[in-house]
Order: sequence, then structure tokens, then C-alpha cells
Amino acid sequence: MNEKIALAFPELRWGGFRTLFWKEVLRFWKVSAQTIVAPMLTALLYLLIFGHVLDKLRIYGSIPYTAFLIPGLAMMSILQNAFANSSSSLIQSKITGNLVFILLPPISTLEFFFAYVLAAALRGVIVGASVFLATSFFAWPGLAAPFWVFAFAIAGGAIMGVLGLIAGIWAEKFDQLATFQNFLVMPLTMLSGVFYSIHSLPPFWQKISHFNPVFYMIDGFRYGFFGISDVDPWISLAVAVLGLCLVSALALIMIARGYKLRY
Amino acid sequence: MVVFKSPQNVLASLSFFAKGKTISPSLDSAAVVIDGVEKNFGRLRALSGVSLEIAGGEFFGLLGPNGAGKTTLISCLAGLARPDRGRISVLGHDTVTDYRAARRLLGVVPQELVFDPFFTVRETLRIQSGYFGIRGNDDWIDEILDHLDLNEKADTNTRRLSGGMKRRLLVAQALVHRPPVIVLDEPTAGVDVELRQGLWKFIQRLNREGHTIILTTHYLEEAEALCGRIAMLKAGEVVALDTTQNLLKRFSGHALSLRLRLEGNAMLPPPFSGHVTTDHDGWSNLPLPDPAAVTETLSTLERAGVRIADVRLSAPDLEEVFVHVMNEEKER
Repeated sequence: MNEKIALAFPELRWGGFRTLFWKEVLRFWKVSAQTIVAPMLTALLYLLIFGHVLDKLRIYGSIPYTAFLIPGLAMMSILQNAFANSSSSLIQSKITGNLVFILLPPISTLEFFFAYVLAAALRGVIVGASVFLATSFFAWPGLAAPFWVFAFAIAGGAIMGVLGLIAGIWAEKFDQLATFQNFLVMPLTMLSGVFYSIHSLPPFWQKISHFNPVFYMIDGFRYGFFGISDVDPWISLAVAVLGLCLVSALALIMIARGYKLRY
Repeated sequence: MVVFKSPQNVLASLSFFAKGKTISPSLDSAAVVIDGVEKNFGRLRALSGVSLEIAGGEFFGLLGPNGAGKTTLISCLAGLARPDRGRISVLGHDTVTDYRAARRLLGVVPQELVFDPFFTVRETLRIQSGYFGIRGNDDWIDEILDHLDLNEKADTNTRRLSGGMKRRLLVAQALVHRPPVIVLDEPTAGVDVELRQGLWKFIQRLNREGHTIILTTHYLEEAEALCGRIAMLKAGEVVALDTTQNLLKRFSGHALSLRLRLEGNAMLPPPFSGHVTTDHDGWSNLPLPDPAAVTETLSTLERAGVRIADVRLSAPDLEEVFVHVMNEEKER
């Protein structure tokens, strides 16, 4: 019978992934005013306010503060929106009960994982690119090493997409998800060097910042624009890849065991 | 086990599938085998070693009071819940170790009225097809929409559908991949009479064409009219399992209701006196173990001078059987 099914449906193996990924993309695309335009506007407001107040400030010796801020804002948007996409999609599906449409078909653990994470990373990258394009009218940060921009955008979006997946699976109510978002994601991103270089911090807080994985993502991403960073970008990439592997392993175990998905 | 469909009928299912790719039910294997399934939620034992075998092409009813374990059993079958013990297979495919094939062969209409508010009816059905690896399924989607009277709502957002329409959309979603085994968990809850009849016509057609149907419902008259075989569950155990006809014969009898006029000194003759109950509408109810005895009963009454103004013969119904079985279990 397996052979018969495989013959009748050659696309079966990854057909579920393709559709689930596409469904997730459509889901945020249909409400793009809320999922893409609104975060872009928020980032723009940050730039206008902080840029206006602190534009005379120079970072790394010569970089105007407004230009310094742009990569950080773009990366923060990538991280927050990737997390928001997978977590909100899952919690909504769980609470409204329509997750059953995904649990009943023959969708494997890997298909489920990759569909949610890639769609989340895609939304993060789209918002990040929009923020970059919109803010570039006010200052041009340069593009010294595009590979690093691309690598950290993907890695950051993927990590936060996976974290969103974990939070969405774990949470049973919206306020539990908000707790995850307000007490973990928000502090980690805001205290990661989006608005400052950690060299401007006292030594103690500089050391503490090195324990924040999001710091490495923003620092490595910023390196792609300025060719300067607080930490070697290869170290930042290693931290990002290691972080991605760890959170992915946890998410895959949760999905495979049906943790809070199948009872 | 009783197989209600002939192999020819099962083969006829191929005509239903002819327009698309599908898997036909195997003629020599059971559609669903549930073997010693146990499921606990903490200290609560939801299923206590349930075993059932449902043949290909059957219209099978799963009845029981609230909390009997019907939905838990269906959830275990569909992979939404994991049994603590025991095994379930769909057309020979284990629902845990060979879950892809098992789920491909199963279409489940969930009990809860759920929908995805981001999409239209057609988008929902295309997405559901895609989850099963099926693309370009629009011909079949149109056919389902037509049968379920949803074609005018194809481009309507699911949020704007009425409760009955949402219920029919759930049925459509369960059918997009042409599953040989269809599970309906209380599909007519909240659906009006006309739509309910339309839905049953369609499901009966699918059954005639070879699909195995497993139904849970609180409407016992529906189960009686549709199901060839019924299992009754109570507190996670199968307490009755037989053909509908056998259940009706075993636990229930016909009843003869009469409007009597006892004129002069006329009295009910000995076989009936003491066995007749009269309800508030003036109907006297006589137990009638064998419906063939109706002529003899009426003659006996006439000979005793009892005049009969009106006659009503009621057939046994599943509700009586259900109450009987549940009470019998309570007494144990």
C-alpha cells in the first residue's frame, strides 16, 4: 500500500510542507498593513526620534548615529517579526481549534518545522528589508560586506522563527505568549545593542551583553554594513548557528512528541 | 463481523474515484482495526482496552453518553491523541508507525465548529488538498461544493459563513483527498433539518460507492436510520456491539397503542388486564413482542366487547435500546 500511495502521490513527501509554508506566507500577506507596514512605521519613528536627538553623536569614531541605528533597527524588526509570525499563527490556531487541519493530514515533523520557521524568517526579512529601504532615505549606512548582512538576516529570522514556534506550542493562552514576548524577546532585543555600541557601556554591562545571543546577531549584521563590529563576525555567526541548532533541536523534539499539540 | 457491502459495491467505489487519483479500500482487509486501546488523562481512564473491527464499506455508528470516550477514540484513530496502550490501523496501516499512509486514507470531520478566518471557502479546500500533497484539485473541489450546496459561497471568507455552512465546509475539508474511510464526529450538531438531510444523502452516496463511514451522533434516530452496525460506549468500554437490527431485536419490542372504548360491562380480557398502561392522552399501550400478533390481539379485544377507536403500532427504536444498555451497565 505504501508503494501505491507513493505512486499515486509523488508529491506527498514534501507537498504538505509546500502548502503549509504557502499558507503561512498568505496568512501574513493578507494582513500586510498589520504585519509589514506597521512594524516598518514603528522602526521609522524610532529613527526619526533618536536620529533627531542624537545625530551629532559619532559611533566607531566617524559613523553618524542615524546611519549606525539603521542596521540595528532592521535587525530588530527581523527578529521581532519572525518571532511574532510563528508564535501568533500557532497560538491562534490552537485557541480557535483550526490547528486540527494541520494535525490531521500526513504532515511530518520536519515539514511542520520548516514550513513555520521559513515563513517566519521570510516575514522577518521582508519587514527588515522594508525598514532598511525606508530608513535609507534619511541616512546611508553603506554595504561593506553583503554576505554578512544576508547570513545574519536569515540566521536571525530563523532563530526567532524557531523560538516563536516553541513559544506558540508551549503557550495555551495569549497572555502566556505575551509573557514570553515581553519578558524574554523584548529585553533580549532591546538590550542587544540596537541603539548603541556595547563599547559605550561600563565594563560590567559589556560582559553581561556577551551572554545575550541577540547581541551577536545584531553585531554581525551591522558588520555587513560598516565593516566594523564589537565582536569578530565569525564568532557571531558561530553563536548564531549554535543557537539555531539548539532551539531547532528543542522545537523538533516538541513537535515529534506532539507536546501540547497532540494529547 | 458483518460486512454489509458486497465486493461489487466496494469495487463500485472506483467509479467515484475515477476522475482522480486515489487509493481504493482493500477488499480483504478491515477498514479500521482498534485493538485494546487504552487512554488515560491523569487518573481519568478515558478508554479501557477498546477493541473494534470495522469492515470496508460499513456504515458504523459509535454511540454513547457524554464522556463515554467516543471523541477520544476518534482522536486516537485520527492521530490527534496517542493511545497509552493498544494499536489502531486504517486499511492495514498503523496510525503511529505508518501514520502518513493511515492519515492519507482517513477523512475526519471534527466535532468542534472550527475554521481558518484568513481564507475563503475555495482557498481553504485548496490548502487542505495541498496538505495531502494534492495539487490541481479544483474539479473535485467543485464537485464537493456542489454536493454540499456551498458553490455560491466558494469565494466567501469563512468568517462570513453561517454555522450550518461552516459545518458543511468541515465535511468538504474531510473529503478533499477522497479518503476511503470517513469519520464524522457529530456532524449534524446545530445543522437544520433540510441541510441535515442533504448532508446524509451525500454521505449515504459515498457509503454506497464503497467508503467506510464511522459516525458518532447524539441523534439516535439518525444512527438507527443510517448505521448498519453500532457500538455503544460507556465509561471508555464497549458495552454493546452488534448490527442495528440485532440490537433492536435484542433489547426492544413493538408496542401497540390503542384508544379503547369499554362499553357496558366490557373489561379487558385476562391476557391484557394488568399489563396495559394508559397515558394522559388516553392511549392504552400494550406490549407486543411479535408484530405478527397484532391481528390476534385486536380480535381478542373485539371478542371481549372492547371497541377500538384508534390504533397505533410503534416500531422498536434505538433510543429504547440505548437507555436499556446504559441502565443495564449502571446496575452492574
